[in-house]
Amino acid sequence: MKGIRRMWAVALKEFRQLARDRLTFAMVIGIPLILITLFGYAINLDVRNLRAGIADQAGTQTSRRLVADLTATQVIAPVRQAATAEELERMLLGNEIVVGIFIPRDFERRLQDPNREAAQLLVDATDPLIPGIVSAIADMPFALREHGATQRMVPRTGRSQQGSLFSMRQFYNPEGRSAVMIVPGTIGVILTFTMVLFTSIAIVRERERGNLELLITTPVRTIELMLGKIIPYIFIGLLQVTLILSAAVFLFDVPLRGTLLDLYVASLAYVVAVLGFGLLISTIAKVQFQAFQLTFFLLLPSILLSGFIFPFDGMPQPAQYFAQALPLTHFIVLVRGILLKGAELADLLLPLQKLGILFVISMTLAMVRFRKRLD
Amino acid sequence: MGASAAIETRNLSRRFGAVLAVDDLHLRIPEAQIYGFLGPNGSGKSTTFRMLCGLLKPTTGEVDVLGRHLPRDAERIRTLIGYMTQQFSLYRDLTVLENLQFIGQIQGLSWRERRDRIRHSLKAYRLERYRKRRAEHLSGGERQRLALAAALLHRPPLLLLDEPTSAVDPQTRRDFWDALFELINRGTTILVSTHYMDEAERCHRLAILDRGRLVCEGEPLELMRNIDATVIEITGADLKSLRETLSGLHGVWNLTQLGSRLHALLDPETEHPVELIRAAIADANLHADVSMAEAGLEDVFVAATGRRPS
Repeated sequence: MKGIRRMWAVALKEFRQLARDRLTFAMVIGIPLILITLFGYAINLDVRNLRAGIADQAGTQTSRRLVADLTATQVIAPVRQAATAEELERMLLGNEIVVGIFIPRDFERRLQDPNREAAQLLVDATDPLIPGIVSAIADMPFALREHGATQRMVPRTGRSQQGSLFSMRQFYNPEGRSAVMIVPGTIGVILTFTMVLFTSIAIVRERERGNLELLITTPVRTIELMLGKIIPYIFIGLLQVTLILSAAVFLFDVPLRGTLLDLYVASLAYVVAVLGFGLLISTIAKVQFQAFQLTFFLLLPSILLSGFIFPFDGMPQPAQYFAQALPLTHFIVLVRGILLKGAELADLLLPLQKLGILFVISMTLAMVRFRKRLD
Repeated sequence: MGASAAIETRNLSRRFGAVLAVDDLHLRIPEAQIYGFLGPNGSGKSTTFRMLCGLLKPTTGEVDVLGRHLPRDAERIRTLIGYMTQQFSLYRDLTVLENLQFIGQIQGLSWRERRDRIRHSLKAYRLERYRKRRAEHLSGGERQRLALAAALLHRPPLLLLDEPTSAVDPQTRRDFWDALFELINRGTTILVSTHYMDEAERCHRLAILDRGRLVCEGEPLELMRNIDATVIEITGADLKSLRETLSGLHGVWNLTQLGSRLHALLDPETEHPVELIRAAIADANLHADVSMAEAGLEDVFVAATGRRPS
């Protein structure tokens, strides 16, 4: 009997403490809701609205109908117009599009010949899921050849088949290896985890140990304190980049097609941005455990919504907008661009700028939240 | 005796939600003296301290610190004060020397100033032997000397000590106070909060706070002489019964047992207090010696903070 009373005493105390720790209580409610939303949105293998660039050199009624038919499948969504195949390739490089549709000048003539592909699909294959989806639409029976094309016997298999309308060129990861897709992004995931955790604990720990009460009576300025806190972690971050990169190249055969300098500059921008997020967390959390929880809160959507595992283009619009606030989203574009596509920073200015903006926003919020007072 | 004031507060108040932690405080703290804040826990000592060094913003009222205005000049005032927190707030995982170097840099001292002053304070505060030792491995007294050395490294004209001796032994406390008097001789103004009576007695002036209000202010001797209560000493065998008998008596504010004696604080309006007590003891068939006594600082404190029949 006494045993039960004592056990109940512990349970009751635990309930009371849980109810008073507002952040933990929010996690009890928040984690299931957020997780179910994230997974529901992100894990979407029925990919739609792949950003596409169109280079229609033929410009005929039939070619326009082909583009309209492709768009009608909703698998692709034309977002760019181009004049040449080279221009499409450059858009792929800069991650403006993931699919390019090239319709040559002699499109109509090619249509008449069942042995020739009439148009070309250029596909960013860094994510091995994308080429599969694109080839599915390429194989769809479009009613373009009905008038001219004749049924043709394929001698080797003896099967009756219409000549393929498209030829498909896979860029950057033609073997479709998932290590090639996952490993570069892993640099970002590891950096998010370690950098945010280190910095988010940094100020909380000083608060817990009473160091902060002393520090704020000294003339040290908020910005000096904040920047001083993140400088060591910048070096640690770049050391980690070096470690992971070596493993990527030597263990997983991930190609390094861009320059090392570009890669380090991109990594630096990313490290600084996530450190800003870490500092912001450290001004919100009261104790180290809360800093842990909040880090987890940032890490989870980063992994699920950034395009690290699931194709970014497969996510619905609201999730894509939300993912813009996550540094990892932009770093994935940068690191895959530099490592796999051989892109230069000049091709990737947009994600680089977005990282800069995220750094400025997070640092500003952290400085506004951190006041040199106790109230 | 410094004539000019180091700190002046007018109508200083601070509210935390429904609680008025500091209530309409008027203080004038002279330069180059040790000024003590005495009060029970929750009396507003720490809140007042934190307002004086800009850590908390007053809800109402004004503070002038060394001729500068708070909270407007908060950043400037930070360079003029040394603050020693109640808990050890230097870095436990850094050595004595590393801690002092860090504070020196934060305070903006040049390389040469740091070198000279650190060398000097290591000697002055007997820390030379431990310069390479981490703060977490120091004893309470050594840690306290380190904290004081760090608070003084930038030679501040004003030193705030929030219950500085709550974690150290009596000998260390004595040494610590000797060090404070040395600083006074060099013109430093020191504010110290405490709940030790012997420490309070060593201050030049004292402010006694109770529930956020200033209830008593002045030099310790003067406070004891002008105590607003009558102090009577009762010596007897059965102190427990004596206490029960006297505690209900009209005019008796407080009874404190000191070994085999009882100290009774009475309303100063009471006429013939000794006779009154004697009569009450006789009525209860008890025996005791009753006489008037000199007030101690503890009596002043009790009279000021616990003025209700107990």
